[in-house]
Amino acid sequence: MTPAGSLLAAEGLHKAFGRTTALDGVDFSIHPGEVVAVLGPSGSGKSTLLHCLAGIVLPDSGTVRYGDHDVTGMNDAQRSALRRSDFGFVFQFGQLVPELTCLENVALPLRLNGVKRKEAQRHAREWLERLEVEDTAGSRPGEVSGGQGQRVAVARALAARPRVIFADEPTGALDSLNGERVMTLLTDAARDTNAAVVLVTHEARVAAYSDREIVVRDGKVKDMLAGLL
Amino acid sequence: MSIGHTLLGLLESGPRHGYDLKRAFDEHFGHDRPLHYGQVYSTMSRLLKNGLVEVDGVEAGAGPERKRYAITDAGVTDVAQWLARPEKPEPYLQSTLYTKVVLALLTGRDAAELLDTQRTEHLRLMRGLTERKRKGDLADQLICDHALFHLEADLRWLELTAARLDKLAAVIGS
Repeated sequence: MTPAGSLLAAEGLHKAFGRTTALDGVDFSIHPGEVVAVLGPSGSGKSTLLHCLAGIVLPDSGTVRYGDHDVTGMNDAQRSALRRSDFGFVFQFGQLVPELTCLENVALPLRLNGVKRKEAQRHAREWLERLEVEDTAGSRPGEVSGGQGQRVAVARALAARPRVIFADEPTGALDSLNGERVMTLLTDAARDTNAAVVLVTHEARVAAYSDREIVVRDGKVKDMLAGLL
Repeated sequence: MSIGHTLLGLLESGPRHGYDLKRAFDEHFGHDRPLHYGQVYSTMSRLLKNGLVEVDGVEAGAGPERKRYAITDAGVTDVAQWLARPEKPEPYLQSTLYTKVVLALLTGRDAAELLDTQRTEHLRLMRGLTERKRKGDLADQLICDHALFHLEADLRWLELTAARLDKLAAVIGS
């Protein structure tokens, strides 16, 4: 089980790339509906932590638990299935599929989870409306602005009602106004659906949308709530 | 903030009673610090004395007399000059935080810890302002943004200093 009431928790994570240590004994936990900012200088291990928590990368040692699941004990296929069904992702650059329309992009995670096309597109359209980009439904990602594309990416991350959203510099490519709107919409939607958000950012104004922050430095984590390094 | 110039500016759109002036001031600028009646009346006396406003009328009522103030031509010129004059940018060269970091290093204390604690405190305030922005109107958003950008600048300095602590310690120790 994860620590009391938490949805996702990591214990003693170590990860090295060659001689470079990215994570050096990291503990982490997050509760449903909580937004936790992961701060730290470039190269401190923030993104590696996110990738380990999301089961994209396996740590060299340590465990990641999601509810009753031992993520670190799963094989590739099981972790992929878990990411599809329970996790949502927003990256700095939306990483939308360029050949699909924005509506099809948002419907994609639902389709991969077996939802019928019409139903998936109906849900997708609702999320586009909620993110205030319903006008982009028929456009391809290359035909919309950066701000719109990022909102579409947020809609896609939320469409399958994930229980954890991993956001890695979600506003990094946006101006202040667009960044702010994306953060408001993302955190509002996450709170409404009781999803947890792991928010990697180096921007304090973005971190201010979180409930608490942890700081990663030289592969170690300081939880500012607990004050432990 | 220059209360005198602000009240004068508010009078440019037309004569007002002291009470109306206070209400207009609080609505636009006094979200966190509403004006005291005493401040309004003492400021208006000064502006009267300097010929920047005049009494436009007096209403007798059950209570004290209510004066209505109007801006004079000299007052309009004064507001125009004030608006045209750039505010002196704050140089931010006297930083308590910098002093604390240096003293921590000089006395062998944990300067990184000090910076971490400060970051938490800054972020706490920034969360409060962000929440106020979410719920507030455009004026609230602009006021909070001004504060948020300044706090963000502090935090950027803080991160840069955290990254340079070893170098700073070496300079101080030499």
